[in-house]
Amino acid sequence: MNSAAKSKGEIAFHLLGIAAVSIALLALCALLIDIISSGYSKVSLDFITSYPSRRPANAGIAAALVGSLYLMLLTACFSLPLGVGAAVYLEEYATENKFSKLIELNIANLAGVPSIIYGILGLQLFVRYANLERSLLAGAFTMSLLILPIIIIASREAIRRVPDSIRQAAFALGATRWEMIRDQVIPAAFPGIMTGCILAFSRAIGETAPLITLGALTYIAFLPDGLLSPFGALPIQAFNWISRPQAAFHDNAAGAIIILLTVLLSMNIIAVVLRGRFQKKFAT
Amino acid sequence: MRHSVAHNLDIPMINTASSNKQSEQPQSQTSTPCIAVRDLNFYYGDTQALFDISLDIEAGLVTALIGPSGCGKSTFLRTINRMNDLIAGTRHEGEIVVSGHEIYGKKTDLVSLRKKVGMVFQRSNPFPKSIFENVAYGPKIHGTKNKSRLAEIVEKSLLRADLWHEVKDRLGDSALALSGGQQQRLCIARALAVDPEILLMDEPASALDPRSTAKIENLIAELRGDYTIVIVTHNMQQAGRVSDKTAFFCDGKLVEYGDTEAIFTKPQQQQTEDYIRGRFG
Ligand SMILES: Nc1ncnc2c1ncn2[C@@H]1O[C@H](COP(=O)(O)OP(=O)(O)OP(=O)(O)O)[C@@H](O)[C@H]1O
Ligand SMILES: [Mg+2]
Repeated sequence: MNSAAKSKGEIAFHLLGIAAVSIALLALCALLIDIISSGYSKVSLDFITSYPSRRPANAGIAAALVGSLYLMLLTACFSLPLGVGAAVYLEEYATENKFSKLIELNIANLAGVPSIIYGILGLQLFVRYANLERSLLAGAFTMSLLILPIIIIASREAIRRVPDSIRQAAFALGATRWEMIRDQVIPAAFPGIMTGCILAFSRAIGETAPLITLGALTYIAFLPDGLLSPFGALPIQAFNWISRPQAAFHDNAAGAIIILLTVLLSMNIIAVVLRGRFQKKFAT
Repeated sequence: MRHSVAHNLDIPMINTASSNKQSEQPQSQTSTPCIAVRDLNFYYGDTQALFDISLDIEAGLVTALIGPSGCGKSTFLRTINRMNDLIAGTRHEGEIVVSGHEIYGKKTDLVSLRKKVGMVFQRSNPFPKSIFENVAYGPKIHGTKNKSRLAEIVEKSLLRADLWHEVKDRLGDSALALSGGQQQRLCIARALAVDPEILLMDEPASALDPRSTAKIENLIAELRGDYTIVIVTHNMQQAGRVSDKTAFFCDGKLVEYGDTEAIFTKPQQQQTEDYIRGRFG
């Protein structure tokens, strides 16, 4: 009787789980179908290589796509070393005390701060004080701030999962702390760090609010040509098109979103492949 | 007599290195012990784990540390290469002199101390890298860059650890794919690759099956003479088989220390006798 009751409960829970997953998947599917049905006809080489235009049929996403990719790359350059460095410091060097607890708490909180706040901070700090104007660099700095907490938290998790016996082995061979970290801890934690970072980058590439606050361009007829060049970005382009009255622009927005989703998906696939490679090589 | 195992010198590099070691400074090798411990007290925070330990460990011999669980064998072993430094809140009193140098002295360089004093852990802990990289890592961080030189060291160390013939065709494979016993021998090879004088082993065979254990014991017998070996073991038969000297610890104190044969046949202390006869511990 007891086991029957238990299995009933189990079945109920199982069904509940399936229901939850289906709702999420259905919502995603509905969204995808909606976007693909209105946007697929737009997606073409022309669409990808054209600049914005007043006529929806001629308008394209060249500047926005390239802007987004540059932004991503720059953000990665800043946030990866900083974030991983901070994680290494917190896990391997910092001694546990009130100060480190405070930092830890702050990082967890920062990860939950709405992205628009980062936009406002970036506007004040980079656009105004640092005089970077509405440049790619200002955008990348702001995005870096936004995803730093995520990268730090993910990297710390990955570093913490490296067994202590590895550290002991390196020390016992006469490695210094830095050699031990560089040669053993970071390589062992690498797949985890990469997965966390790519997820953070995907978040950054989809972010719109901070870029709007910073003043990324939506009508831009040239590719960014330097760090201080103004720039556009895909989500902003889509946002701009969707807020136009003409229905034809809405299809353009759907097209831009399809491209954005493709970029996101490729990044996630890269993350999975990278991790798989590492794990296959060193699986027990 | 127990150790009539011939130390056939078929691996020139390591053997010359260690025989040089002995011939270069004959005065220190013959008159002073390899490890001299004086009045060592050791504390984890407020709890004292070792009490007034004094003993001399002789060069080239195998010294077994035995005693009931929690008596401080591992703690003592880890003071010799200062691995205890990694645990926060530990401190010590007294001195440990390793081949003429007080290792807790101000001028001690931890890197060169640990290069001189290798360690093998209870649970094999290979790096999650290839077999080759595991063995080459030590020499690499100590400055050997040359590829063919590294390959030479890897081969000699693996030969010395009796693992070469099992892995020579798959040096690039992950070390984690090896069996437990092979992993432990890999860890021994890794320690040997930096050409230490002393090898500390903390229950190196306790997680292994009898066959792998026998291999490790044979290996210790073969390394004897070229290295000073200090081994912690819970296995009385093993201590009897592999060691020249035995130190019996109890409750953080050194109860008795002497020739293994004497300790096992006519212990001076009642505690030692009880422990060896299996009456406690
Ligand atoms: N990291 C540590 N922090 C605090 N106390 C410790 C630590 N490691 C060991 N101790 C204490 O020190 C004493 C000696 O421990 P140690 O590990 O040296 O014993 P052992 O003889 O190696 O035991 P075993 O045979 O079980 O391995 C024990 O009382 C133990 O609780
Ligand atoms: Mg122990």
